[in-house]
Amino acid sequence: MNLAEGVQLVSFIILTVMMLGAALAVVLTPNIVYSAFLLGAVFSAMAGLYLLLNASFVAAAQILVYVGAINVLILFAIMLVNKREDFAPVKYAWTRKIVTAGVCGGLFLLLGTTIITTPWGINNTAAAGDEAIYILGEHFFTDFLLPFELVSVLLLMALIGAIVLARRDIIPDLIDVATGEDLKLPERPRELIPAGSVDADEVT
Amino acid sequence: MQLQYFLLAAAALFCIGVYGLVTSRNAVRVLMSIELMLNGVNLNLMAFSNYLDPAVIRGQVFTVFVISIAAAEAAVGLAILLSIYRNRNTVDMEQFNLLKW
Repeated sequence: MNLAEGVQLVSFIILTVMMLGAALAVVLTPNIVYSAFLLGAVFSAMAGLYLLLNASFVAAAQILVYVGAINVLILFAIMLVNKREDFAPVKYAWTRKIVTAGVCGGLFLLLGTTIITTPWGINNTAAAGDEAIYILGEHFFTDFLLPFELVSVLLLMALIGAIVLARRDIIPDLIDVATGEDLKLPERPRELIPAGSVDADEVT
Repeated sequence: MQLQYFLLAAAALFCIGVYGLVTSRNAVRVLMSIELMLNGVNLNLMAFSNYLDPAVIRGQVFTVFVISIAAAEAAVGLAILLSIYRNRNTVDMEQFNLLKW
């Protein structure tokens, strides 16, 4: 093993430990704000792994989109719905956790044996490296042109859909512009649907 | 450095995501677990792209597509979460039974 391979291996180990540890913490910490910030650590470690895989453009996209957009979006969502509530205990919650842990461990073992026993046809041609961005652009505008355009339409649809879903109904007539006293926007009332087991009682 | 290491890390990340998806009570954490699973899949695609298809890198193209789909999914999911929070006044997954019965 020469120096370059050793450096690669050590950075892979550091990044993987950071990624898996932060991912476990995201799932297991009780505080949701901590898990949102740890999710940023997971995404950053993923970007480092992409750099190890000779993909600098995708690593930059990962940082920009995941850490810069999705993580900030999740933080905003936490800020908007931040209600400190103690969830009512559910019967047999520990059974659910144990069963899920067993299923996930079994899935990991299955995937692991498949990964280790399969003879992968490793291709030893030189990686594209920094040329990757040119090849990516060529793919986007030749053989992946239709999915590329569809993704742009889908992003527009998601943008409009998110606005429509999260919008509040403001009653514009009731705002008194002249006095400007009341800065609260009058909101069209929505009936609260009772949460919990009330619905089940009504049905039965 | 081998392909198997990356694939094992991706499988572990995916399994952690599945565990969080099933067990967490907070709806925001469920969305985070979905992001973890998508990241595991992305790592898989990138590893295959680098080791099995290094000259044509179709895997990186698919990863870029998955990243943009994940952005759209996060936006719509959080908007749904916000509107359901306004209606039910909670983020507990156990109490979202509108479509259950």
